[in-house]
Amino acid sequence: MKIKVSPARRIYVWISSIVLVILCTAMVLPLLKVVAESFSSKTFIEQNQVLFWPKGFNVDAYLKVFHNPTIFIALKNSIFITAAGTLINLVMTAMMAYPLSRPEFRYKKPILMMVTLTMIFTSPMIPSYLVIKGMGLDNTVWAVILPGMISGYNFFIMKSFFAGLPGELIDAARIDGCGEFRVLFKIVIPMSKAVMATMTLFYGVSHWNSLQQPLIYLRDPKVHTLQIKLYQILMEDNTSMVDVGQVAIAPATIKMATVVIATIPILVVYPFLQKHFAAGAMLGSVKE
Amino acid sequence: MTDARKKLIRKERKENLKKYRMLYLMVIPGILYFIIFKYIPLFGNVIAFQDYNIFKGIFGSAWAGFKNFAMLFQHGDFVPILKNTIIINLYDLLFGFTAPLILALIINDITCTWFRKGVQQIVYLPHFLSWTILGGIVITQLLSPSQGMVNMLLQKLGMEPVYFMTESSMARGIVVLAGLWKDMGWGTVVYLAAMTSVSPSLYESASLDGAGKFRQLISITLPSIVPVIVTLFLLRIGHFLDFGFERIWVFQNASNTSVLEIFDTYIYKAGLQQGRYSYTTAVGLFKSIVGLLLLYSGNLLSKKATGEGLY
Repeated sequence: MKIKVSPARRIYVWISSIVLVILCTAMVLPLLKVVAESFSSKTFIEQNQVLFWPKGFNVDAYLKVFHNPTIFIALKNSIFITAAGTLINLVMTAMMAYPLSRPEFRYKKPILMMVTLTMIFTSPMIPSYLVIKGMGLDNTVWAVILPGMISGYNFFIMKSFFAGLPGELIDAARIDGCGEFRVLFKIVIPMSKAVMATMTLFYGVSHWNSLQQPLIYLRDPKVHTLQIKLYQILMEDNTSMVDVGQVAIAPATIKMATVVIATIPILVVYPFLQKHFAAGAMLGSVKE
Repeated sequence: MTDARKKLIRKERKENLKKYRMLYLMVIPGILYFIIFKYIPLFGNVIAFQDYNIFKGIFGSAWAGFKNFAMLFQHGDFVPILKNTIIINLYDLLFGFTAPLILALIINDITCTWFRKGVQQIVYLPHFLSWTILGGIVITQLLSPSQGMVNMLLQKLGMEPVYFMTESSMARGIVVLAGLWKDMGWGTVVYLAAMTSVSPSLYESASLDGAGKFRQLISITLPSIVPVIVTLFLLRIGHFLDFGFERIWVFQNASNTSVLEIFDTYIYKAGLQQGRYSYTTAVGLFKSIVGLLLLYSGNLLSKKATGEGLY
């Protein structure tokens, strides 16, 4: 059935389209300026001539950033924390979600209650710090990996996805002699690619972007992460730029090059995973 | 229940445990994780009632009763912090909660698929950038007096550049607007999904009855997503005082701390940087209790008003 498009409706669509275009432009332009500045030369930046396209194109800032030992260490730490952390997140969350998604598993209620309570009562900053310090994890990368191994929110998303898988398949595998671990890793996880992709994105992005936990636990420069380094470079004015040792590069260029480096991993995974994450966020909003 | 039946049930239960023992064993690491990293710190809250001494530990430190809580209310810092937390949250609730809803209503009416998809991809993107990056961009690229885009625009219009970051009266507004940039688009995901589940036949019959676009919006779209709105609102209320640490931290500087200091940043500074563990734990506990009361009363109110609640 075709609905007749009235003139008022057409005007409405036009106006809302224009609003959306303006909004999207406003959201993207600052990011473009960052990229443009990171590739521009000092003279143009100081004359305030760089807008959304690089002037005096060069990659010196990137070379400087990669040759700066502290930024390089921070980058390495961030990559390790994100990779190892996400892997541990996925395995731990799946190992908890799979049994609790099966009808054979009794006594679910108290366990689910235990998880839900931690979502209401978020763990307090100081006592958590004391516990982690007490375990000797302070100033090691494990202090930011282990305390967040399972997110209650992600656990519920995964559990409800696993619950939707056909039980017959799992039973058949058990009859064929598969142990529960093999069922999980050879059948359940491969059948849940969509939700696993979503979880990888959620966990990975939160590790990569995290600032608060590294600020609390990773105070030693040896374990600094990229976000901490970035914070120092961006916020503590140009004083911390001394250790970059630049002469002919504008501080702003170095700052923006670091921002670009910290953003690239996100931009790389974004298109691959973006078709999954909306669905994942949806699942999460389903009331339990 | 007869003994025989009880026996049968017990036997069945035993068989279930035996048959699926690996399934039960599999959750043990997860349970241990929650106990160690979530529940022990929660019980660690007792140091709020102690004079915690890091060398004596939780069992050796002397009890202090409600001293830390009394200190909280006497302390000159406390009232401004409570005020800041509440004001920033109210602003954020007012704008951060309604903006995604309005944006979703606009996007929902776009029928051209590629345009809709493109808009969604762009507005979702900032959600995945860190506060360090967004804060850095806002400060250096948008609001900087010399190079900021906003100030360039102001100067083009013949106005004086504004020193946004040193102007404490603007700090809260900046934090709220930056939050819109980051999460306004992402906030539409749930609304848009809820809107697609509204039956098209409702709109068809409404337009046959002569209902205009706006009328349909008010009488069909909005009422159908009320449960989603209520759920999201309550979740938001439940974390009312948990305003993101990182979001505030990146915008804080010497000239705006007085209006931007919130509970989380205060706990971090006074607790971790100055080592006042017991006192700041009391601050944190106070914050969680108020948050819980807010969630409870919000839920009660919403059940009365709309029949919808979280639990």
